Amino acid sequence: MANMLVNAPRTANKGQIVEIKALIMHVMETGFRPGTTGRIIPRNIIEDFTATWNGREIFRMKMSPAIAANPFVSFSAVATESGTIAFRWSGDEGFLAEHQVAITVT
Amino acid sequence: MRGLASAAVLLAVFTGSLALAEGDGRRSGYQDLGPPLQKMQDDDTANPAMLFVQAGATAWGEKAGAAGKSCADCHGDAAVSMNGVAARYPAFSREAGKPVDLEGRINLCRTNHQQAPTLATESDDLLALSAYVALQSRGQPIVPPNDAQLAALRAQGADLYRRRQGQLNLSCANCHDDNAEKKLAGATIPQGHPTGYPIYRLEWQALGSLKRRLRNCVVGTRAEAWPYDATEYLALESYLMERARGMTMDAPALRP
Amino acid sequence: MLRRSFLAGAITVLPFAAQATPEALEAAIKEVTGGAPLREGKVTLDIPPLVENGNAVPLTVRVDSPMTADDHVKAIHVFNEKNPQPQVFNAWLSPANGRALVATRIKLADTQKVVAIAETNTGEFWTAHADVIVTLAACIEDIT
Repeated sequence: MANMLVNAPRTANKGQIVEIKALIMHVMETGFRPGTTGRIIPRNIIEDFTATWNGREIFRMKMSPAIAANPFVSFSAVATESGTIAFRWSGDEGFLAEHQVAITVT
Repeated sequence: MRGLASAAVLLAVFTGSLALAEGDGRRSGYQDLGPPLQKMQDDDTANPAMLFVQAGATAWGEKAGAAGKSCADCHGDAAVSMNGVAARYPAFSREAGKPVDLEGRINLCRTNHQQAPTLATESDDLLALSAYVALQSRGQPIVPPNDAQLAALRAQGADLYRRRQGQLNLSCANCHDDNAEKKLAGATIPQGHPTGYPIYRLEWQALGSLKRRLRNCVVGTRAEAWPYDATEYLALESYLMERARGMTMDAPALRP
Repeated sequence: MLRRSFLAGAITVLPFAAQATPEALEAAIKEVTGGAPLREGKVTLDIPPLVENGNAVPLTVRVDSPMTADDHVKAIHVFNEKNPQPQVFNAWLSPANGRALVATRIKLADTQKVVAIAETNTGEFWTAHADVIVTLAACIEDIT
């Protein structure tokens, strides 16, 4: 099970711009590093990260091997209506992780 | 997850207490970080070490071993029971009849009380619990036990600290006492106080224990590293904690 | 890199052969802009000028934009100069973000230039770049 730490406010005023942070545990192996045998360790990264607000995409990021291990992303979103902010990470070796947070907008 | 909630309550911005220099000239590695990394450490919602703390908080409540007990079953809320614990390790364990560090103590609980196998050295599982427990000492002063049974170990540690070793023929003291705050190949040499362990070291891109860091240093002087279960590490850890007596813990810390 | 080799001895850290070239960087940028002109301005690239370790360099890209339906940043692209490959990340935004801001942590293999390009909904490309000095850990860990 993937280990992620997502930080988004639980409540917001309509029209307020909120800051959202998402941190997930992942080795983000670049595919350029030699291992102890001298052979290159194969690439293993998260490539796609998306965030949706009640199903509408609010942020999408394509990561490369240049993103640090245990990737951290922060972006902002306008609070429109109460509901669910959903996060999705996918990448090499069939990696898939999802997480939801609820938000109440008044 | 209650522990994690109280951790979040425990100041998302932790700069305050650490901004104060110790006054006696001692500086923690946190003070040697540039502002962007200090900011990364202070923000519990962005510090990568907190991923391990979260895993540890989950593990704290999971039943394990033949006894089918979780840490919580005996220790309840870690924020209460583990408060200040990491600040006084290594300690002499009456159960084991020998000194142990925090990871060693966790494994004693595993074998003696949970009837579960030990967690492997430097494994994610062990480090997660260690990080979670260490967090409960954040902001507290390091208070090594005034235990006569630790005296021999500390003396051995002090001796090791001053002993030159390796192809580079360096002792810990050569860098961390005599040349602390100066630069070594572009990096600032810290004084080497273990206020933040287990640390998320950017060089490792992972969390690691004090033992791993010490082993790193030994290899750095191009000396043959002692095996992971060697008492040398415990001796050094005990000495270093004594040397850092009174300094504020900032575990789990971020270090380059 | 020489200092690191001196201290690391036989332990290799980075394969010197793999390195982005200025041509690769230009090509990667062109792939995104389609050859459209890059304008300096509007973009703020917040990255420390000197980092203790290249494994996790905090970076924030901010773009001065109202983020309205008529005038907003639709993508932010970040590139580097000397890593084995020139891409760092691409982020797609919309008025739903309220602010054109992305923060993350990146890996920098060496002292180099980082370039951020903001693409607007009207097809404009704004850019900023920053030079980062990357220092390395003095004592290398034996990975066995």
